[in-house]
Formats: sequence, structure tokens, C-alpha cells
Amino acid sequence: MKRRTFLGGAMAVAVVGHGSSALAQQPPIKIGMSMPQTGGLAGGGKASLLGIEIWRDDINAKGGLLGRKVELVVYDDKSSASETPAIYAKLVDVDKVDLLFAPYATVPTAPIMPFVKQRGLLLMGNFSFQVNSKVGHDMWFNNAPWGPADSWAASFLDLAQKAGGKNMALLTADQEFAQNLALTARDVARKRNIPIVFDQVYPPNTVEFSSIIRALKAAKPDIVYVASYPPDSAGILRAVNEIGIGDSVKIFGGGMVGLQFAAVMSNLGSLLNGVVNYNTWLPEKSMYFDGTKEFFDKYTKRAVEAKVDPLGYYLAPFGYAMGQMIEAAVGATKSLDQKGIAKYLRENEHKTIVGPIAFSADGERKETATLQAQFRGVKDKDIEQFRSSGKQVILFPDKLKTGELITPFEAGRN
Amino acid sequence: MDLLLGAVVLGVLLGCFYAAVSVGLSVSFGLLDVPHVAHPAFLVLASYGVYQLNESYDIDPLLAGLAITPLFFLFGLLAYRVYYETFERRGSDAAVRGIAFFFGIAFIIEVLIILQFGVDQRSVSATYIGKSWRFGEFRIPIRQLVAFAVALALTVLLAVYLSKTFMGRAIRAVAQDEEALRLMGANPVRIKQFAFGIATAVLGIAGALLIIVAPVEPTLDRAYIGRTFCVVVMAGLGSISGTLIAAIILGVAESIVLTLFGASWAPAISFAMLLGVLAVRPQGLLGR
Repeated sequence: MKRRTFLGGAMAVAVVGHGSSALAQQPPIKIGMSMPQTGGLAGGGKASLLGIEIWRDDINAKGGLLGRKVELVVYDDKSSASETPAIYAKLVDVDKVDLLFAPYATVPTAPIMPFVKQRGLLLMGNFSFQVNSKVGHDMWFNNAPWGPADSWAASFLDLAQKAGGKNMALLTADQEFAQNLALTARDVARKRNIPIVFDQVYPPNTVEFSSIIRALKAAKPDIVYVASYPPDSAGILRAVNEIGIGDSVKIFGGGMVGLQFAAVMSNLGSLLNGVVNYNTWLPEKSMYFDGTKEFFDKYTKRAVEAKVDPLGYYLAPFGYAMGQMIEAAVGATKSLDQKGIAKYLRENEHKTIVGPIAFSADGERKETATLQAQFRGVKDKDIEQFRSSGKQVILFPDKLKTGELITPFEAGRN
Repeated sequence: MDLLLGAVVLGVLLGCFYAAVSVGLSVSFGLLDVPHVAHPAFLVLASYGVYQLNESYDIDPLLAGLAITPLFFLFGLLAYRVYYETFERRGSDAAVRGIAFFFGIAFIIEVLIILQFGVDQRSVSATYIGKSWRFGEFRIPIRQLVAFAVALALTVLLAVYLSKTFMGRAIRAVAQDEEALRLMGANPVRIKQFAFGIATAVLGIAGALLIIVAPVEPTLDRAYIGRTFCVVVMAGLGSISGTLIAAIILGVAESIVLTLFGASWAPAISFAMLLGVLAVRPQGLLGR
């Protein structure tokens, strides 16, 4: 080897070595969030966090963002709206995080919206509903597939009207998410001249739903739209099974939170049959995109150890997608400038493991990808059955559809 | 009319269930004057015990509840001894500091349940869950009938025990005049400890009823603090039969409101009734 070649090689090795050690010494990029780890929303919060953690591990294995490792700074908000404002102030002012992810769900997210708007901070929303409608923050991007506010109720009522439904009963939990859903449902029903024959708001902590279901049945509705939270969804379906809902009902469900979680689905088993309910991701053929299968392979292994939802369909892949969008935006803008990232997110369509995502001006999905799916042939006490297709047949949207509605509701229950 | 009748029937069933989950508190708080705010947390813990036995060994939830009763009796003995040594023995503000103690226990129980079982809802399976009895157009959930029958039996048995047995009378005596009992050579602390054990043991069965009626999750105790204390205070402190009556009144009122007047008014009912009873009869329905 010539002396010049040797010296050149040695210098190159020294430069590269120095460079990589400099990269390794750079501080990590910190992404801060609160997440429900205890309380009523904890089941969803833990699954969502695991999805984000899988993305963090994947991106770090690829060398990080901008050559810096990604670190998550996470606090438990106990599912409480009163906890989150202080947590986010701490994340920004004390922990000095670079980016913010929102906690899972509407209730803990709503109170931090004025704060992030006032500070001009980018917030990646995590499955909240309509928290930006009054605040109007232009750096908010929701990972949930909801889309325009009324599309959720509209898609359910489309199916209901096609099935011959002419009047509606509305049963909703007395909390922000369910009430937002109920508002849009009333609005859509009014525009379509669908009379509401029963409209009840039940309080949190309702122990027994038999009395409410009896009253609902007495109103003889064609369409039953329910917006409930996990503890209530199980109680409502049990009462429906025991008290009956009447032969008039063409379609039942719509906005029941909880029927997406493995533990609740396993507990309810065959009581789920016939229910048409919203969902976000299901193991149907139309729902696989680049990286979806690989993600669930990793999730399934880690969920057991982390004691979280073993299926993880509802939230976890969307947590991962939230990271993918940040990865794309930071990669494209080559900076952590929040305004630049927001501009990129707003102006581009993003490829994720839950499909392509594009945002409208309010930070919600341009086009709804919220599924309406009907439970079919579900057996009791068998969680593994939900891993195969056909147990939750997708009825909406058309481009993801995998079957037709079985109606009336009683026929779908067999 | 059918709706009203149905609401009353379902309300009586619901009320008896409320009695079962409150009757232990009627002893610990009503008779012994222990500010037992961890009562609903003990109840949820019992439900998880029942869940574990049902899940692992397929034991009927009621039998599982019976099986854990002795363990809960020992747990009650221990809890009272710690409370007595730490707070009651030391002075007149024991009750105030005791509330913090029991809140702490409730919090620890919540965390332990989360660590062991995770945060998801849990429920049990039994042949009588999810089915109903038909009477013409009217249907009654069998799980509610089971809860009604067991709750009624539990409450009556406890009332008989406290009024007819030697130890039961001693418990009533210690509630009335601790000093007099001491002068007669009895040890009030041991009697109170035994009574607290009984109050906790009852929760084995009550916990089984709780998970039979609806799925449970670790923080469910918070939903029952208001209801159980409302029933016990409305009943008249320490009155077991009063607990049953107050719980049935509460259950029927809630059920009628849920059926006929709108669900959102239901939570206000318990507190409106409590205030009404206290205004007219401060000692409670059957208090002295």
C-alpha cells in the first residue's frame, strides 16, 4: 500500500469514527405525552403507548430521527381531564420536549387544546373527537380515522336507511365524546327527517341498564344509535340480550367504545352478534398496507409481556402511524421546526401502516376511514377467533367493504 | 303502567343488590364507627378473587365468593388491628386520620389489582348470566334474581346473627357503650376486631354479586363509595334491616327515574333522598 493511500484511508476512518461518535453524543429527540395508564381509559392508553413504543424502537434501530435517538417522555394522566394541563405544561417547560403527542381520548385531550394553541405548539392528536372544532388550532393533526364531524353518524344512518329504518332511538353516555357523537347524530337525523323517538343520556357509573333498555324498547325504534364508554357498553349489551330490544330494530350500535378491546369482546362473546359498530382497523383483507403485518407480529409478541390488549387493533397501529407521520415530516423538512412540520403534514398525503392519511384544514382526516362493521358468528370465550377475518364484516366505507348488512338486528344475532 | 310496574320490580332487585354491597359497611361504619372508605375497594378486590377462581378453575361465582369469605375474614381482622394500633388507640381525632388510612388502603388495592390483572374489564361466566325469565312480555334478568335472593339471604342472616347470637349481641353492645362492656370484663377491641372481620367476610359474597351483576375494573370502587355510604346513612347507622329498606327504596327510585324520567337524573336521586331523609329524620330511617 502506498503511503498516500494509507494516510487517506486512516484519515477517512478517523473522520467517520469521529462523526459517528459525535452523532451518538447528540442529545435524543424527546417526544412528550401523557397517557392513561390507570382509570377508565387505561386499557386503550396502554395499547396506544405500546404502538408508539414499537415505532420508537423501529426508528432508533434505523438510526433515529435526524441522526438522533428518539426518547419518549410519558406521564400517567389517570384518565382524568384535570391532570393533563399540568402534565403538558411540565413537558414543555421543565422536560423541554421537542414534540408533543396527545393522550388517548377526547376527555384528557380537550383541556390541553387552548394551551398548545397559545404556545403555538404542534400536537399530534390521539383518537379524540372534535376537540379542535371550537379551538381552531392550525397545528393539530388527529391520527384517528374519523374525518368530517358528521361522517360517523352519517355512515351509520346510511346503512340504517338502506335497511328500511325510519325513526331513531339515541342512547348516549353523559361525557364529552359520547355527547359530541350524539350532537352530530341528532343533526344528521334532522337533516334527513328521521324522527328521534327516544333520546336518553345516562350518567357515568350507571350500574344496571335493564330499566333503560325496557324504556327504549317501549319506544319501538327502527334504528338504535348508542354512544357509550367501555364499562357501559358491556352492561347495555347484556341488558339487550336479557330484556330484548324488539323486532322493529333494523340496526343497533354505531358508537360503542369498548367493543374494540379484546377483554370486552372476549367477555361478551356471542352477545356481540348482529351489532353494527364503528371500528378503526380489522383483520380483513382490505385493511393490510405496507408494514401492517410486520407491526402486528411485533405487537402480538410484546402485548403479552406488557399486559395490554392482546389484539391491539383499535389504537396500537394508529400510535405507530402517528410516529410514521412525524418521521416523514421531520425527514422531509430536515428539522424540528414545528411550523415546518405542521406545513408538511397539512400539505401532503402520508403512507402509514393503517393506509394513506391526508388532513383537512381543521387537522382531522380529509376523508373518513371510520369503519362500520357487523359482528358475525362470534362464539363465547374465544379471543383467538377475532384474529381471523369474517367475525367483523366491514360494511362501510365502500372501498374497504367486505360484506353486506344482515338486518333486522334480531336476524343478525343468530 | 306496565313500564312503571317493571321499573318497580327491577328496582327492588337492584335495591337488594345495593343492600348486599352496603351491609358490611353498616357494621363497620354504622356500628363500629370506623370511617371505612376502603369498603368498596375491598368489595372490588373480592370480585377479582371470584374472577380468578372462576377463570382458573371454572368454579361458580357464588361458590367462589363463599370460598374466599374466610380469607376476607382474616383480612378484616388484620386491617382493623392495624387501624386500631395506628389510629384508634391514639386519640380523639382517630376518625379523621383514619379516613386517610383507609383511602391509602383503597389506593393500594387499586394499584395491586392493576399490577396483577391489568386495567381491562373482567367478568365471570355462569349459566344464569345473560339469560332472563319471561312473564308474558316482561323479562327479568336471571343474574338479578340470583343477586336478589342471595342479597336478601345475606342481609337477613347478618341481622339474625347480630340480634340472636352471643357474639352478635356483644358487637351491638360495644357499639352502644364500649366502657360498660369493658367494666363487665369483656375486651371491646377484640370484639370490634371480630366484628370488622365479619363485615369484611360478608364482602366475599357481595363481591361475587358485584361481578355477577356487571363486569368489574380496578377503579370501580369509586362508583360505589357514594351509593354505599348513602344507603348506610339513610338506613340509620348500624341498622341492618334499615340498610335493606333504604337500599330497596334507592333501587326503586333509581329504576323509576331511569325508566320514566330520564337517565341523567338518576345520580341526583340518591343524594336528594339522603338529604330528604336527614332533613325529616336525622337519625335515618330505622336509626334510634
